[in-house]
Amino acid sequence: MLLRHTTASEIERKALTINPAKTCQPVGAMYAALGIHGCLPHSHGSQGCCSYHRSALTRHFKEPVMASTSSFSEGSSVFGGSSNLVSAIETIFTIYDPDVIAVHTTCLSETIGDDLTQIVSKASEDGKIPEGKRVIYCNTPSYIGTHITGYSNQLASFVRFFSTATPKKKNVVNLVAGWMEPSDMREIKRLASVLETRTIMFPDMSGVLDSPLTGKYKMYPDGGTTIPDMIATGDSKFSIGLGAYCTEDTCVKLESKCKVKFEVIEIPIGLKATDRFITSLSRHANVPVPDSITEERGRLIDFITDNSKYFWRKRVALYGDPDTLIPMVEFLLTLDMKPVYIVTGTAGKHFDEEMQRMLKEKAPEARFKSGERADMFLLHQWIKQEPVDLLMGNTYGKYISRDENLPFVRIGFPVMDRPGNNIFPNVGYIGGMNLANKILESLLNHYDRTCKEEKMELQM
Amino acid sequence: MANFLKEREGQIVTKSKNSKDLIGGRPSIAGSVSQRACVFCGSRVVLYPIADALHLVHGPIGCASYTWDIRGAMSSGPELHRSSFSTDLREKHVIFGGEKQLYNALNELIDKHQPKAAFVYSTCIVGVIGDDVQSVCNRVAKEKNIPVIPVQSEGFQGSKKDGYKIACDALATLIGTDNSKEVSPFSINILGDFNLAGELWILTEYYKRMGIQILASITGDGRVKDIQNTHRAALNVVQCSGSMIHLAKQMKEQYGIPFIKVSYFGIEDMSDALYEVAKFFGDEAVQEKARDLVKEELTNLLPALEPYRRALQGKKAAIYVGGAFKAISLVKALRLIGMRTVIAGTQTGNDEDYKLLKAICDDGCILVDDSNPVELSEFVQQTGADLFIGGVKERPIAYKMGIGFCDHNHERKLALAGYEGMLNFAKEVHDTVTSPVWRFVKRK
Repeated sequence: MLLRHTTASEIERKALTINPAKTCQPVGAMYAALGIHGCLPHSHGSQGCCSYHRSALTRHFKEPVMASTSSFSEGSSVFGGSSNLVSAIETIFTIYDPDVIAVHTTCLSETIGDDLTQIVSKASEDGKIPEGKRVIYCNTPSYIGTHITGYSNQLASFVRFFSTATPKKKNVVNLVAGWMEPSDMREIKRLASVLETRTIMFPDMSGVLDSPLTGKYKMYPDGGTTIPDMIATGDSKFSIGLGAYCTEDTCVKLESKCKVKFEVIEIPIGLKATDRFITSLSRHANVPVPDSITEERGRLIDFITDNSKYFWRKRVALYGDPDTLIPMVEFLLTLDMKPVYIVTGTAGKHFDEEMQRMLKEKAPEARFKSGERADMFLLHQWIKQEPVDLLMGNTYGKYISRDENLPFVRIGFPVMDRPGNNIFPNVGYIGGMNLANKILESLLNHYDRTCKEEKMELQM
Repeated sequence: MANFLKEREGQIVTKSKNSKDLIGGRPSIAGSVSQRACVFCGSRVVLYPIADALHLVHGPIGCASYTWDIRGAMSSGPELHRSSFSTDLREKHVIFGGEKQLYNALNELIDKHQPKAAFVYSTCIVGVIGDDVQSVCNRVAKEKNIPVIPVQSEGFQGSKKDGYKIACDALATLIGTDNSKEVSPFSINILGDFNLAGELWILTEYYKRMGIQILASITGDGRVKDIQNTHRAALNVVQCSGSMIHLAKQMKEQYGIPFIKVSYFGIEDMSDALYEVAKFFGDEAVQEKARDLVKEELTNLLPALEPYRRALQGKKAAIYVGGAFKAISLVKALRLIGMRTVIAGTQTGNDEDYKLLKAICDDGCILVDDSNPVELSEFVQQTGADLFIGGVKERPIAYKMGIGFCDHNHERKLALAGYEGMLNFAKEVHDTVTSPVWRFVKRK
């Protein structure tokens, strides 16, 4: 028992997080910055931060992840990191030649009070930023919020530094992508093109963190939102934000800067959330929904119906990020499953309200918690009190899954012990089938392996 | 190599008769895509394999998240080290200090888990806000009656290597605080093996066959009580010299325990290690057993290696690993299976290490300190390497270039130490270099 230390009875905890269901801001900022074409994320802090974030992203995506660091020393932590950043900017443009450097801070540079606006304008005055190149930045103190906050802050910086309004709006819809996989972004773009809409997605990690093997290492892969597209987001007539925690702030900022109206909906995981996405896109792009989309939807409903008896009443424990958990819980309810324990380390009222609203009638026994001490230790204790049939979340659930002998579907960040999430989408109707199928496979494999011999059946 | 910075001159050398020595130990240039990590990382990876101790990270959540069960260090007993404990510092703590949070966290954890000792890791922010971690630790140690050891590993103090030294200092406070273990006259401590993929257990078996007692392993599959007793061993056997040499020197000074530096990778180095230990004790029976062991292992191993050597003959390898000692062993191990090293680099080597590394490399080999993906990929292209040996961040780069890869770092899944490890290594290198998938890739 790897987690033999976990007891069923909950202990009083005031000061302690055990086995967190979150991580810190900068890794979110780094991930988001990779969704801009030709962009090098830059970590303004100690070397370790950058190294950890790159390792975490590499382990998850199995792809090269490039980012530079200010390499703080004892001196910089006393006298400030200004000279580190200025010389870093020079070094980066000399050797790595990106189009954009996206600087984010760390707890260290925040606490010593480095002022990025001042430092970057000094670098610019000193001629360290070559013609046509850009240095953008955002603040991501690790002791506020979580990786989701960092992602959101980085997105807002794209709007701040790039989005520009000309007098004429274009018939284009911005798709502001919350934290999801490159496969999900690819699928959402496919849906948008089937609807024959003109869209700009940002950020866009497809083609960056799912790039093909070509025999050549490319520091800046072909994918990512281009700078001209990013600038043009200010001329779009509407923005759809996918996932409130990651995108709402950015949509608000884009509206106030460039008068682009917006709507924030969930990441289209599951039937209902995809319906809302398709409806929103078709309304705001003013296009009809083609039959082929209706057919995809029908296939998902067919899949659910065919297999419904294996979903009914199954109790599920899940953990991860609020923007993913909200539509996931909704989808589990669509499948007639019972999401009974849900935790996220990211604090916020929206999550609590949505859980309350969705679970009140359909799973009144459900327990959920967000923010401080909403960690996997707590989740595990709940599971020990009354077991579940399925566990869903990132790789760190594997200890619980093994100790409690639970079927386990890997979704979220980071998943570092199985491939696939960056290749096969979980969004849209097709993603819904993929996700429902993963759940089913996991439940049935478990059943076939653990049921009594006389209960083993060929046909299911 | 037009792209490389002038500042990097001296850290990149191509070996020839007249080539200069490589300079190691320089801090990374700001702005580099360095593959190096921080002080905290160094301390954390060295100490966390101690399985019955509590490891509490005092800082914002990230530092604990990223090092949660980071390197697959296995334990034959307790698994407390595989959970991630953090004080999860928030803005209010940054403003008002985190000492109270730390005190409460330690109390809650110690009450619940009854660990044999507790390590408290300081992160960057703790150094800046000025928490007095030492006094909190002292207070809790007194109240709970277990060692509570501050690890002063603020990340900004330097690179990973500096963290090793700090970890050694923390260990030193434990050593000499217990005398209850029985000690044989042929007793050693193993320093610097972290039991990745169960490698320590292979070594333990060898030493057992020689009649040697392993008093303590620091820190793979480590236990607090064993470490408290280490001052009573006859000899310290130090692997991974970068991480543990500081402790070995300190123990020599303080307790008069001599040490030898060894490596367990490859036939030559593995055998040398066993012979050296046997020689130290000067006992004929032990030496006889060592010779028998080596003979027996090689009789089995050498024929088993032969098919791999034939298939790999003349292939070229690139090495970019943490420490230089490992790089040296790898050059030799690769040679044994017919491969030539064309790139040899490390994150933390020093001038002395690089002299040794250069001496054993062939002419034309590119030696590099603290490299980055742009350099490494260019070197691979220049040299036409068929294999890359490195860590997590190098793997996808190697694959994108269409060449084989072997993880000789945290993500090894097969034991690579010892004779058994040599065979595993040969198999893994063979399978990746000759993988049929490369037929579908045109190298550029």
